[in-house]
Amino acid sequence: MRLNLGLKFLSMIAALTLVAACETAPQDSGDSSGGGASSQASASGSGSTGATSGSTTNVQPGSQEDLVLNVGDRVFFGFDQYNLSAEARETAQRQAAWLKANPTVTVAIEGHADERGTREYNLALGERRATAVKNYLVTLGVSAARVSTISYGKERPVAEGHNEQAWSQNRRGVMVVN
Amino acid sequence: MMAVGKRMATGIKQVVFLMVALFLITGAARAELVIDITQGNIKPLPVAISDFAGKSEATAIVGQKIADVVRADLERSGLFKIIDKRAFLQQISDIQTIPVFSNWRKINAQALTNGIVTALPDGRIEIQFRLWDVFSEQYLTGHKLSTQPTNWRRLGHKVADYIYERLTGESGYFDTRVVYVSESGPASRRVKRLAIMDQDGARHQFLTDGSNLVLTPRFSPSQQVITYLSYFNNRPRVYLLDIDTGQQEVLGEFPGMTFAPRFSPSGNQVVMSMSENGNSDIYIMDLRTRAVKRLTSHPGIDTGPSFSPDGKQITFESDRGGRQQLYVMNVDGSNQKRISFGRGNYGTPVWSPRGDLIAFTKLTGGKFSIGVMRTDGSQERILTEGFHNEGPSWAPNGRVLVFFRQIPGKNQQDQDKVRLWSIDLTGYNEREIITPRDGSDPAWSPLIPDGR
Repeated sequence: MRLNLGLKFLSMIAALTLVAACETAPQDSGDSSGGGASSQASASGSGSTGATSGSTTNVQPGSQEDLVLNVGDRVFFGFDQYNLSAEARETAQRQAAWLKANPTVTVAIEGHADERGTREYNLALGERRATAVKNYLVTLGVSAARVSTISYGKERPVAEGHNEQAWSQNRRGVMVVN
Repeated sequence: MMAVGKRMATGIKQVVFLMVALFLITGAARAELVIDITQGNIKPLPVAISDFAGKSEATAIVGQKIADVVRADLERSGLFKIIDKRAFLQQISDIQTIPVFSNWRKINAQALTNGIVTALPDGRIEIQFRLWDVFSEQYLTGHKLSTQPTNWRRLGHKVADYIYERLTGESGYFDTRVVYVSESGPASRRVKRLAIMDQDGARHQFLTDGSNLVLTPRFSPSQQVITYLSYFNNRPRVYLLDIDTGQQEVLGEFPGMTFAPRFSPSGNQVVMSMSENGNSDIYIMDLRTRAVKRLTSHPGIDTGPSFSPDGKQITFESDRGGRQQLYVMNVDGSNQKRISFGRGNYGTPVWSPRGDLIAFTKLTGGKFSIGVMRTDGSQERILTEGFHNEGPSWAPNGRVLVFFRQIPGKNQQDQDKVRLWSIDLTGYNEREIITPRDGSDPAWSPLIPDGR
């Protein structure tokens, strides 16, 4: 697990460096799995797995960096909600296409909640969110065996403020390449 | 597994003193000295706790320290005002001495405790103490206790429990411990460790090293065992931890996340949630046979189960009605009924050890409160409200709750504080329990058995 975290940390550094090279990105780093890069990636609407700029040429296809930069590693949820919004579905559709293009990759979906809930309820809510993402990927043709889920409840916020801006970043489902 | 906590050589032995004959004569017509602790914000009872005397310098020093523990326990309860010992007009150096009550009335002491410490030939220390009603000049109680010298703090807690019991009519709660989650580091990479300490914060020790995320520890009512959630190997599951041996064990082999564990009153079962395909329901496991039974089966989130002290019912939280609310069911899962109907969300129900109340966390208007209600949901009372108060746990006498409180920092440099607090059932006497680092998810132990 320590090794795994170390790799995640390295990938985070790599992702942030690359994002900085591209354009400005939301500064909510601290997440173990890609920082705020996803919102930019999803906002760009890029659905291709090819390099979108010269600085991404060294990204390994099928890697976490590839997922973060070119697909979007995360979807966001409303308060106490676990249904996928239209935007979340678009991201998940790109993720499904990406998983099909990289058939050997397996992933975990991390479900997270904001701080405005009790601990155990949020663990259950995070599991609901992670499963909602997984189930949608499966309906899009991804094998269920390639997607595991894990809930972190409110234990791993990516944004630390006590306001809606932070909370909306923390209510998330994050795809993490195994 | 589940090795019975081994009897330690530090066990406390006790002998009850009956000195009825000696003091029946004096002041028999006076009213008994009793504190009614059901009323909030009562005027604390002024009491004098003498340093326990000792024949040698060593025992005299221990006697002072034991008296300090007694004073601190009683003071923190909010029910007693401790009279400064520098005001005392009499030093009682012998346990056979009857106090000069007029000297204690002059400093307005309502009750007086004195005691002695003796070094026993086998290396243990023994204390004797007396509790007196100063105004009626009556002997109220007295005991003799012995233990290993390193265990002296427990002698103080035991004495405080005897005094509390005699003067309130309720059982004490000072000879207890609190297990909790010690926290450090930034929120996004918070390091969490199980830690245990006496209820006053003393004798603090870590139980896990922080390499795995751990949450929600809870005591066994009958053994030195804790059940909790660990993310060991990135698989969030319910574990058992033997406090004495440090041995950890995953509880059962479940396909999904198990969480929110609590022991049954007998200690023979653990009730918990398990998530399957994203849905959380409540299950019960018998620790002897490892047989598992499903208690709820509903597409809503069912979690936070807590037994009634008679073992016949379980309270839990569910959002099956659209919002997170409190429910009660029979221990076999039958007769599930909602008990909370207020605005906002209700979670973390915990049944009082007295059986009469359920404590909870309430989320409403952007605030997190700690409250109590009767077990049918009536007579809801909020004890404390603020930015974030969560996760109450009862003292074994059902009169005091411990919970955690997060206070946001004022700016980037001023970090959030997450701390443990206790509060009286009346809603008064909020006290922080000082911990080395931030702390959350406290759980109060039962009274520590004699012999340990």
